[in-house]
Formats: sequence, structure tokens, C-alpha cells
Amino acid sequence: MFESIVQNLFNALQWGSFYSLIALGYTLVYGVLTLINFAHGDIFMVGAYIAFFVATFFLATLTSAPGWVVLTITLPLTMILTALVGVTLERIAYRPLRRKGANRLYVVITALMCGLILENGNLALLGASRKSFPEMIEKVVYTFGMVSLTNLKIAVIISAVLVFVLLQFIVTKTRIGMAMRAISYDKFAVPLMGIPIDAIIVFTFVLGSSMAGLAGLLYSLSYPILDPYMGALIGWKAFIAAVVGGIGDIRGAFLGGFLLGFVEILVVAFFPSTFRDLIAFSILLLILVYKPTGLFGVAKTTKI
Amino acid sequence: MLLEIKDLVVRYGNIEALHGISFHVNEGEIVTLIGSNGAGKTTTLHAITRVPPPEGPKIHTGDIRFQGRSIVGVEAHAIVQNCHIALAPEGRHIFGNLTVEENLTLATFSRKDADQVARDYQRVYELFPRLAERRSQRSESLSGGEQQMLAVGRALMTGCKVILLDEPSMGLAPLLMYDMFRTLKKLNEQGMTILLIEQNARLALKFAHRAYVLDTGEIVMEGSAAALTENPEVQKAYLG
Repeated sequence: MFESIVQNLFNALQWGSFYSLIALGYTLVYGVLTLINFAHGDIFMVGAYIAFFVATFFLATLTSAPGWVVLTITLPLTMILTALVGVTLERIAYRPLRRKGANRLYVVITALMCGLILENGNLALLGASRKSFPEMIEKVVYTFGMVSLTNLKIAVIISAVLVFVLLQFIVTKTRIGMAMRAISYDKFAVPLMGIPIDAIIVFTFVLGSSMAGLAGLLYSLSYPILDPYMGALIGWKAFIAAVVGGIGDIRGAFLGGFLLGFVEILVVAFFPSTFRDLIAFSILLLILVYKPTGLFGVAKTTKI
Repeated sequence: MLLEIKDLVVRYGNIEALHGISFHVNEGEIVTLIGSNGAGKTTTLHAITRVPPPEGPKIHTGDIRFQGRSIVGVEAHAIVQNCHIALAPEGRHIFGNLTVEENLTLATFSRKDADQVARDYQRVYELFPRLAERRSQRSESLSGGEQQMLAVGRALMTGCKVILLDEPSMGLAPLLMYDMFRTLKKLNEQGMTILLIEQNARLALKFAHRAYVLDTGEIVMEGSAAALTENPEVQKAYLG
């Protein structure tokens, strides 16, 4: 009994890590621009595909290199390329609307469309068949009694925690983080401080999208089947997790992500797995009913 | 001439807000623009600091020159960075979610002269001791007067040579208003060039060297502050 609890705990932490890494991108962009970037789930999907192509390419060209070398190359490259996709969306879709002072509704609809374009662009270019992600590192299983842990699971959890610490530091302690918080409060005054507002926004998209790329790589390593719609449901879930945690707050994104991970695993432990999403989201709904601003949200004042 | 505005015509969409105004500010001066609501005072300051649309106006024709060079094509953040013109906007626009000190630090975002930055903190805290007392407090908890001090302090922290002030006395009690203007005078005596907009024309004219009267997008009068204070038309329209 105890061992199965520990086992489930680790599973919950792993899923929570995926949700948290994605939720971050929603919360960062929302925190700065009060824009819900609905394309973010699909940026995660694009990240997974980028990881797939980069890994396959280097596995084929560096045949003699050990897997961890390929992974070490794949990781930063995936994050950079995914960040580029996020920045491109900002540049061609969101920035022109911002310049024209468009109503938020139009920006949100644009984000939804961008997500659909990414999904269907992928479908058109690569076809409907699924891709299976290559195995780069050998899976090592550590067994403690009935509890089994893989090296990958540990890496996923550690990555999420490191990312949290890093981002929390950037947002609360650095000048660029200060600028991000300032934009969320009063966009008008930011250029008056000599701060190039577009550069800060691009930086925000770089952070969010590169973390989605990281999540895409880690997810594909753990569940190596890729399809164009893989980002849709997990993206929605991460978005809800960010809202439950208190959107705009980094701590909220992490707490929300892990909370969702735990709730899901907990439900599956007691109910048939088809009940998972139904019960999990009902619980989150209840949390929002009692605290509509989310766990860390303070109505309108603190963003990010 | 440090700052020169020549035949400036600006628009918001299709609506022309300034119909070709010209004025200038010399180094070391306090110049004030007076005029009633909607005369185009704030628009003028937004045009100079290149505040981007939708809030800022579009320059249609005319020129804005700083130290002889046109700054019409310069972006808002670069005006602060490279031209050293800062604006303390109407309504203060402080970052309420940041502390007082973070607000000041943010204004040094693009500065690389660390020594001078350290001296500027000191100067701001000396000019406004209240800010020093509240440096680690969230700035939205400051009183209106303190927020105004912060807005001016922030403009100073940008390291600029010219500051444009949009209604620095708005919402302040009369006593604090005088304090603010005395502080501005002190700053000016230390070498800061100031372009000032003020509803309270009497107060502005008392402290400024020169003034321009703006009426519905046109400059209708100009002269030394003393001369304009004596002018019967000005007295009737703005000092009455």
C-alpha cells in the first residue's frame, strides 16, 4: 500500500512537471501582455516535432556518438528552434494587432487560429501518420521494493524544478524581470524608462516557448509517439492548471501544474481511468468557484 | 537651442491636434506651455517623446530637433536612451506593483554608467527624502504627492538632460504643489532643462523663464514668464 502511494507520487510529479513546464508559457505571456496565447499547446507539439527531427538527424549523422551526446545537442537546439517559432508567431500575428491597439478578443481569436494553423500545417506537411520518437538514452530502471523509477522520470522532475527556480529568479530579481512586471502594470510608461518594450515581449516569448520545447523533448522521450494533435489536450490542461494556480504568477503555474498531476493520478487510483478528466476538472472547477483568481492570484495587482 | 519644434503638425487618426506649432527650449531653461484643456499640451509632449500609437500622435509634417538633429524617426525608448529626454507623464503612471526602488531602478534600464547611476539615486533620495523612507514599499501604497515625487524621481534616474513634466501639481494639496515647484527650481539651478505643462498657469509662470500659450493646437502668444503674467489677455483667460 505504502509503496503504491510512493509510486503514484512519482507518476504525479512527472505529469505535474509536464503541465508546469507548459503552464509557464501561458502564465508568462499572460503576465506581460494579458494575452492568453492559445497557440501555446501547439508550440509544445511543434517543440516535440523539432526534437524529433533534430534527434533523428544527429542520430543518423553521428552514428558513432553515444546517445547522451546526441541528447546534449538536441536539448539546446530544440529549445532555440522552438523559441524561434514562438517569436515568429509574436512577430507576424500578435505584434501587428498590438500596434493597432486591437481589442483583446481579436488577439485571443488570432492566438486560437495560430494554434490551428500549426496543427494543420503539420498535418499538411507531414501527413497524418504518427512518428515514433527515437530512443537516445538507454532507460535505466531503479527499483526500490515495489517502487520503480526511471532515470527519465527523475530527469523530468528535476528539469521542472530547475526551470521554476530559474524563472522565479529572472522575474523577481533581474532588471529584465522587473521590466516584464512593469509592462503588465502600465505598458504606456515602459518606453518612457528607456526600455524597448518589443524586446522585452520577445524575451518573454523566448522564455515561454523554449520551455515548451523542453517539455516537448522530455515528453517525447517519455511517451515516444508524436501526432499533430498531441498539444491540444495537454495544452488546454496546462492552461487550466495555470488559471487554477493564478495566471500571471510563476508560482501559480507550477503549483497548478503539479496539482493537476496529483489530482489526475489520485482519481485513477480510485476510479476507472475513463473518469480521470471528468473528476479532475470537476475538482479544479470547485477550486475556481471558491477562489476565482486562482491559488496565487491577487485580483489584478500582481502579475507574473 | 537644445530642443526645437518647427511647424509641427500631428494627428490622431484623421483628427489634426496640432496645426503647425513652433517653439524652442534653451539649455538650462524652464519653459512652460500653458493653455486650457484640449489645447494640445499633452499631445506636444507625447510627440516629442515619440510615444507610440495608439496613445501617441502621428507626426504629419514638421520637425523636432534635439541639439540640431531631427528626432522624428527615433523610437520612444531611444529618445530616453540616446537623446536624454525624459517625460514624467500626466497621471504619474508609476508601476504600482513594484517597490519605490524598483521603479527607480527600472528607469536606469539602458544605462551603463554605474557610477553616475549611484550618484543619481543619492540625488533623488536627497531631493525627495520621503522616497528614501519608503524605498522598499510597494509604490501603489504611496500617497498622491509621493507618487508624483516618484514619477519625477524616475525621470531623473533615466540620466536625461531635459525633463518634460506633464501636470506635476495635479492632485496635490497647495502646500505640496509649492514644494514640488521649489524642488524643480532647485533641479533647474543644478543644470536641468525643464519643459513644463501646467493647469495652474499662475504657478507655472511664477517659476518658469519663458512661456508659450497654446490654444486649440496653435501657439497664440509667447514671451518671458514675467511679461506674460502682466499681459491682460493672459490674465483674463488663464489667471482670472
